[in-house]
Amino acid sequence: MMPVLTILTAIPAVAGAAALLAGNRAAIARGIALVAAISTLLLSAWVWCSLGSSGAMSFVERADWVPGLGIEYHLGVDGLGALMLLLSAIVTLMAIAASRPNSKIASQQPGLYFALILLLQSGLFGTFTALNFFHWFLFWELSLIPAFFLIKLWGAEGRGPAATQFFVYTMVGSVALLLAFLALFIATGSFDFQVLAQMAADGSLTPAIQSHLGPISLWLALGVLLGFAVKVPLMPFHTWLPATYSKAPTPVTMLLTGAMSKMGVYGLLRLALPLFGHELAQVRTPLLILATLTVVAGAWAAAVQKDLKRIFAYSSINHLGYCLLAIFAIALPTGSDTAVQLSQTAALDGVILQMFNHGLTAAAIFWFLSMLESRSGGNLAIDNFGGLRKPAPIFCGLMGIALFSSLGLPGLNGFVSEFLIFRGVWPLAWLPATVSVLGLLITAAVILTVIQRVFSGPLPEKWKTFPDLTSGEILVMAPVLLLMLILGLVPQLVLGTVNPTVMHLLAGWRY
Amino acid sequence: MNANVWIVQNLWLIPAIPMVAAGLIALLKQPQRKASASLAIGGLGISLLLAISAFTHVLSAWSSGAFTRSAVNFTWFEIGTTHFQLGWVLDPLAAVMLVMVTFVGLLIFIYSTGYMAHDENFTRFFCFLSLFAGAMLGVLIANNLLLLFMCWEIVGLTSYLLIGFWYHKPSAAAAAKKAFLTTRVGDIFFLLGIVWLFSQTGTLLFYDNGAGAIEPAALATLLSQHAALGLTAATAIGLLIFAGAAGKSGQLPLHVWLPDAMEGPTPVSALIHAATMVAAGVYLVARVYPLMSAGATPGSTTVALTVVAWIGALTALFGALVAVAQNDIKRILAYSTVSQLGYMMVGLATGGVAIGMFHLITHAFFKALLFLGAGSVIHGCHEEQDIRHMGGLRKSMPVTFLTYSVGMLALSGFPIVFSGFWSKDAIVGAAFAWPISKGPFVLLIIGALLTAFYMTRQVAQVFFGSYRGHAHPHESPRVMTVPLAILAVFAVGLGILGTPAWPWFTSFIESKPLALDFAGFSEPGLLPLMAFATLLVFIGLGLGWMLYGRKPVNDPHAPDVLQQASPVVYSWLAGRLFWDELYAATILRWYAALAWLADFLDRRLWGGIVSAVSASFTGLGWFNKSVDSQWIDGGFDKGCEELVTTGGVLAWLQAGRTPGYLRSMLVGLLVLAGLALAIGASLGQVRL
Repeated sequence: MMPVLTILTAIPAVAGAAALLAGNRAAIARGIALVAAISTLLLSAWVWCSLGSSGAMSFVERADWVPGLGIEYHLGVDGLGALMLLLSAIVTLMAIAASRPNSKIASQQPGLYFALILLLQSGLFGTFTALNFFHWFLFWELSLIPAFFLIKLWGAEGRGPAATQFFVYTMVGSVALLLAFLALFIATGSFDFQVLAQMAADGSLTPAIQSHLGPISLWLALGVLLGFAVKVPLMPFHTWLPATYSKAPTPVTMLLTGAMSKMGVYGLLRLALPLFGHELAQVRTPLLILATLTVVAGAWAAAVQKDLKRIFAYSSINHLGYCLLAIFAIALPTGSDTAVQLSQTAALDGVILQMFNHGLTAAAIFWFLSMLESRSGGNLAIDNFGGLRKPAPIFCGLMGIALFSSLGLPGLNGFVSEFLIFRGVWPLAWLPATVSVLGLLITAAVILTVIQRVFSGPLPEKWKTFPDLTSGEILVMAPVLLLMLILGLVPQLVLGTVNPTVMHLLAGWRY
Repeated sequence: MNANVWIVQNLWLIPAIPMVAAGLIALLKQPQRKASASLAIGGLGISLLLAISAFTHVLSAWSSGAFTRSAVNFTWFEIGTTHFQLGWVLDPLAAVMLVMVTFVGLLIFIYSTGYMAHDENFTRFFCFLSLFAGAMLGVLIANNLLLLFMCWEIVGLTSYLLIGFWYHKPSAAAAAKKAFLTTRVGDIFFLLGIVWLFSQTGTLLFYDNGAGAIEPAALATLLSQHAALGLTAATAIGLLIFAGAAGKSGQLPLHVWLPDAMEGPTPVSALIHAATMVAAGVYLVARVYPLMSAGATPGSTTVALTVVAWIGALTALFGALVAVAQNDIKRILAYSTVSQLGYMMVGLATGGVAIGMFHLITHAFFKALLFLGAGSVIHGCHEEQDIRHMGGLRKSMPVTFLTYSVGMLALSGFPIVFSGFWSKDAIVGAAFAWPISKGPFVLLIIGALLTAFYMTRQVAQVFFGSYRGHAHPHESPRVMTVPLAILAVFAVGLGILGTPAWPWFTSFIESKPLALDFAGFSEPGLLPLMAFATLLVFIGLGLGWMLYGRKPVNDPHAPDVLQQASPVVYSWLAGRLFWDELYAATILRWYAALAWLADFLDRRLWGGIVSAVSASFTGLGWFNKSVDSQWIDGGFDKGCEELVTTGGVLAWLQAGRTPGYLRSMLVGLLVLAGLALAIGASLGQVRL
């Protein structure tokens, strides 16, 4: 069988090298990047479509690597992994499309710029397909490095501290992850996710840790959690995010919020829950409090930001907060209670759908912001605008669709996932669910305020000739917006594959 | 009723066609006015035909004594091993509403082609109107509470878009936002109710051959479960759903958005904020009535319905009181709508579905008539909305005057001839007979008197006396006056369907046999109550005429008669009892304070901790850096030189231009990996 996942991960890496060789010839570098992004999108779409409905790992590739150390080249995707591949491919393509060859961003060392973006994509693909910790961690870090340089070299003013903060923060999380997995390796002799999950499921993981290292399994769980909590992020481990999202070049912000933030949620689903379900259950209450805080305070903090990118940075925190809320809510002993099982299933269906929906919508919103940015000379202060519906009705109309998707309007993608999350969380943790619905209200207030201040009201003199979207730009965005509508109306397109995966995952770690 | 009939199987077409029309109009360009109006009107016209077909189908089932409800369900997605189903339902309740909404909607669409003729965003207007119609019709046929909620939210979206249609006006943009957010306050409770209902019953279908969420089996489960405060789950869920209804239908304390919504074009006020959308809340309560009334026995009622009755009655009086002291022709009607929606809620809570719904239907016609009449007046007076600057218009706008008078008398509840009399009287009668309390009844009859009063005040100031404005008032074109005339006919004629002698509407909604029986009037207490209510209406009309009609206002700047009588009371009423100010001083302040707090925590507390931690690492970093630049970079640069001399990868240099980071990072990663390998290896050996 063809090593599809390896090829998928290799395409952007190889194309990245090629883009690097293109040097200062922006059009060529961008062309290479586009070809690579389109081909990975097609390939990952094919992977998604050819997944069965068993929910088990498919496209598995295994080869010995360093057998003595339990290091194995082990790849595979289920509904969760494949959906993340698809999302990463879509978001990368959008980011490359947003990096116009004549823009300030891509005109400085375009070869390097596109090479780093492709490398980042390769890192994402590796992370979402690896099933062995060593290999997985390599890609986890690999995606971090290009992101750092993209921020550091092409970011807005104040990018230096932002990049460093981003790097140091995530690095702290990574170190915690690394240490936890080294300890796991000492206890079990394995780096393999499936082996470890199996041990956790049959109850032999905690005793193994106990006998080799003492009673530290809760600490290991917290270490793993920290690694992911920073990435998603969970408050209070989020302070890197607003600065990073707002200082990063906007196409990179698309990648950060659209795809990279999903690495954290993915890790929680793939590693934290299956391996440390018992331990998470012990600290469930404080985690639920933090997740609720993330949802509500994230939305509220967005309400007072003056910069559009910062507003949507906080809004991103809020949206992924629902995922965290659901993940922590389901971390409890199920027993044979079918009602609880159904709630857990609904919540996880919602989480995975929300990952995809948020990635799509947030990337789209930042894409629109990049259009706004290039037309306004880089100033994205909310007070800078007003009345844009008059000169740019198409821009406002299409961005409005993305904004209402983010608001959770039924008929667009965001609604179904948030509904499923609340359906799952409510019976398991009614108080956090009740407080968290406030997030829906505040997010609506934030988004409508953006529309009111940017699109409506009197038109300032300087924007009388604000250029509307070109037909090329409309063409880029139309498929994304269409996808939002389709997923809002026919969520089964995603859930049909996600739901079996969720049942498979839950059957694995339910106890 | 046979579910295999074509119209039942294809009922979804009724909302789908206007939605598709909206989608097509969205693709049109601004100058394609004719095409957009034709698409919208054509789409809704087809929906009207289908709705009539659905209605006659239910009608024939009823007259043949068959079961009059049929539902079609389908799977939307799967959760675990369960199927989440959506569907649509056709029953008398839905059928009546379908016909009303498509018919009134169509008239207002036609009227709009005249009213909006000179607006530059004419095509967009019809796009939004069409989308509204589709979503509203979706609410009506939904057989699933979530599907209803989804259409409900899209209705809210179109309301938002249409209130803010003249987006360049800051007041319109603000009103649109206020409307969306206020209704969303209700909606988040509604959503919790949905989630709760779904968790408890495992379904959100209303009807599913006995397995639906509002069918007896599920209701029995809900009644047996207890929530907080001694409420059953059924009551708690019912109250949460009612919160959503209260938001949409402008009930206290969520009414504040509706008067501001008058910033939208007048046809929008007529269609959305008077006849149809705001009535969706009433319809929702009617739709989930089995849930709201679960556990009620003859002579008692449920907590949920008691709340509905009191909120409705208070809103009815509040709206009528405030309407007395407004001067904007549309705002008077807006508060009147708030008040009338309160009547409908009381009707539902005390008299049952049919009584509340009958007033909904009659009100839809006469209130749409009044709003369109107001639009005609505004149009004729060149966008003037202040009734103090009108006067004497009965001469220059005879058709508008005549039709408006019909609407006004219907709303006031003028006896016998007008539909409003019969529908309002049924509610007042039901409130009187309510076993729990006479409170709502008292509030309603005071409201009835005030209704007659404020409408007389308005009509006297607008159409009588002499003209006080500066424009040259003129009658509106036929495309606007013909819909007025048609609506006026219904404002009169519909009453015939709901008299005590021939209660067609009630029988139809409840699928009971119908007969003409004048003995209906001889129920004990009925006639005296009718006489009493009529007396109050005449007092209201008389007072209004005495104060505003007999001695017409001549100076638009003179204080109102009531203001002269009691400035304090008047200022409270004119200030709408200061609800907006109350919210500004409380909720909006808290919102701002908490937002500030969230931001402060971010910058100071979390940010401070991070700074402290990072400062302690800086020292370590400095040490590292010196090691880096002394040792690692040195070696790396040397290596690079060798690469260059051997003609190595040119591009690598390009990266090398960027200050040391990339190099040290790469080395760092390699060192880290090596370290990990080494540690792992040694540990591995220990184990092996």
